[in-house]
Amino acid sequence: MSTLTKQTLSHLDWLESEAIHIMREVAGQCSNPVLLFSGGKDSICMLRIAEKAFRPGKFPFPLMHIDTGHNYREVVEFRDKRAAELGERLIVRSVEDSMKRGTVVLKHENESRNKHQSVTLLEAIEEFGFDACIGGARRDEEKARAKERIMSFRDEFGQWDPKNQRPELWNLYNARSHKGENIRAFPISNWTEMDVWQYIEREQLELPSIYFAHTRPVVMRQGSIVPVNVPLMTGELTNLPKAGEQIIDLQVRFRTVGDISCTAPVESDADTVEKIVIETATTTITERGATRLDDQTSDASMEQRKKEGYF
Amino acid sequence: MSAPEKLPDVDNGLLRFLTCGSVDDGKSTLIGRLLFDTKAILADTLTAIEKTSNKRGLTAVDLSLLTDGLQAEREQGITIDVAYRYFSTGTRKYIIADAPGHEQYTRNMVTAASTANVAIILIDARKGVLTQTRRHSYLAKLVGIPHVVVAVNKMDLVDYDQATYDRIVAEYKAFAEQIGLTDVRFIPLSALVGDMIVDRGESLNWYDGPTLIEILEAAPAAHTEKAESFRFPVQYVCRPQASDNPELHDYRGFMGRVESGEIKVGDSVTVLPNGLTTKVKDIQLYGESLPKAIHEQSVTLLLEDEIDISRGDMIVNSEELPAQTKQIDAVVCWLSETPLSPARTYWLRHTTREVKAKVAAIAHRVDINTLSKDAASTLAMNDIAQLSLKLAQPIFADNYTDSRATGAFILIDESTNNTVGAGMIIG
Repeated sequence: MSTLTKQTLSHLDWLESEAIHIMREVAGQCSNPVLLFSGGKDSICMLRIAEKAFRPGKFPFPLMHIDTGHNYREVVEFRDKRAAELGERLIVRSVEDSMKRGTVVLKHENESRNKHQSVTLLEAIEEFGFDACIGGARRDEEKARAKERIMSFRDEFGQWDPKNQRPELWNLYNARSHKGENIRAFPISNWTEMDVWQYIEREQLELPSIYFAHTRPVVMRQGSIVPVNVPLMTGELTNLPKAGEQIIDLQVRFRTVGDISCTAPVESDADTVEKIVIETATTTITERGATRLDDQTSDASMEQRKKEGYF
Repeated sequence: MSAPEKLPDVDNGLLRFLTCGSVDDGKSTLIGRLLFDTKAILADTLTAIEKTSNKRGLTAVDLSLLTDGLQAEREQGITIDVAYRYFSTGTRKYIIADAPGHEQYTRNMVTAASTANVAIILIDARKGVLTQTRRHSYLAKLVGIPHVVVAVNKMDLVDYDQATYDRIVAEYKAFAEQIGLTDVRFIPLSALVGDMIVDRGESLNWYDGPTLIEILEAAPAAHTEKAESFRFPVQYVCRPQASDNPELHDYRGFMGRVESGEIKVGDSVTVLPNGLTTKVKDIQLYGESLPKAIHEQSVTLLLEDEIDISRGDMIVNSEELPAQTKQIDAVVCWLSETPLSPARTYWLRHTTREVKAKVAAIAHRVDINTLSKDAASTLAMNDIAQLSLKLAQPIFADNYTDSRATGAFILIDESTNNTVGAGMIIG
């Protein structure tokens, strides 16, 4: 092999460029796409990519968040602030509305609402007639995602059939769908957790405060750090400790943010993006292994939820 | 563990490579070893595969379990689709396309190869060059992978015997010459033990070449070292007339990715299909003006003259125009369980352009085991054939060997919207 001579993009520039290309393909091929924005770090990167893809124009899609009603207040506030700064339309659809309609039924009051987002998402897709949802999922997050396409096809029931996915060659994406079907597009498929943090550092992206080290009351439950007495948007406290559990104040940060009932923080004193990048490089636990209480149930739990229409 | 103060400045770019081999030649173990030895595997994943290894009655941790993805295939014990894996050495990021070696899965290999710049072809040292080795090599050549690494694996099972290795290298070289593979490297290794992957080990001291990771670190990140013609398929047109900013009312930005070559402000360009020529006024990315844009860079182009341009058009170097054609010859790999029907019309997607296409003639089908050319009236899944296609509208095409992005296309079934064929233009 010859030596490196031709100028090529740095790895972050390459990943960014690919993601911009994918977003523009969705905008070019689909008639009514939507970008899912949760206020989490991956979707914050997605907004910067959308700015790079479409400015000085407006985004050719609205933003949408499926709110479980059990989201961290700091994240919800950040979500609204960021959408307003960008001057883009934000749609919020709530799992609690699906519960009122009777389409989501919790087994018990404290059941995680994370998996029920699928129902609310499908209802919103139908309500607005979206033919593509752009999401920030990455292939490195979980084994079941390693074979996920960049443009992933979902049938009328929002289901993902691992055996019925379109081959994806070169950078020729096929986002065609019939009425009622839709495409899930993942522009940052090829990014790792490390790439996300390096991108946040390079682009100096603002994040919700709970991504940085802070002190909060927690209990230790089955080896995980579980935040307790978390205030909701309504001011009401959720995740109350169980009888006999000892509350401690611990310095923690979140590596992922999602429904309060299933997102656990890690112990950390990393209070800047630079420190988080270093910590990510030296960590010994995977992102989901450390922080997603719902994924530990079984090796195949993510695959099962995806088949049911989960993102 | 003590944390480093600062990470190394990664910037040897990103390399995409493909691993292929026959069933049981240790491909999953090799990938597991690469991920493990470059520390891309974290403790909880390791604990999970330890549990599974124990459950299956294995004594050592089976690294191949790292790459087992979906429930269905874990049950079948075979990988059925292309999986993508990631690791970084600190100076370069890698994307592995893991293509299953199973016989029927030519289409997976072609899919994985389409985005790769290096192919690692695994050979079991006990078995030597097999039919499947030849098939994988032929496909790597067909899809235009510029660099091939032949990894002679399981050296531990042949007592690290140099003569065995030399014999396999000689046999493969003869075959590579026959199919026109030019840049081929050879390396003896043991993925199971970890020899010559990241660490050299103690058992292959007669080999003085680079380790596998050293080969990957030094491989060119660019698909080709040749100077290529500038090609910019327009993905999206930005016209923010309704903006509050009056300066933007006349803004016309043509958004896309430089699929080949490079472009500088002031360069002369031609817009296809209308054939009008103008100059590049500005190259923008998120409000910033760039003096030039290189291969694979997504940017927005502003042109000197007002020309009507929409998605599916292509902006190209005025001196080196692609062919504007409604008739193409191509090598096609059929991907669908539903056979190709010469009576039907398909969508052909080429760059950002989509046109209707019909098969005019099937020149021949290639038997990828013997490389013989046979007559055919249809194509089944995994078939590879040379055919002529008639198109309803022109496309702006280069030969695949000159430009991967503007020489490639996919065929889409009009009724199901499935991607059913992958094509490479030869004229």
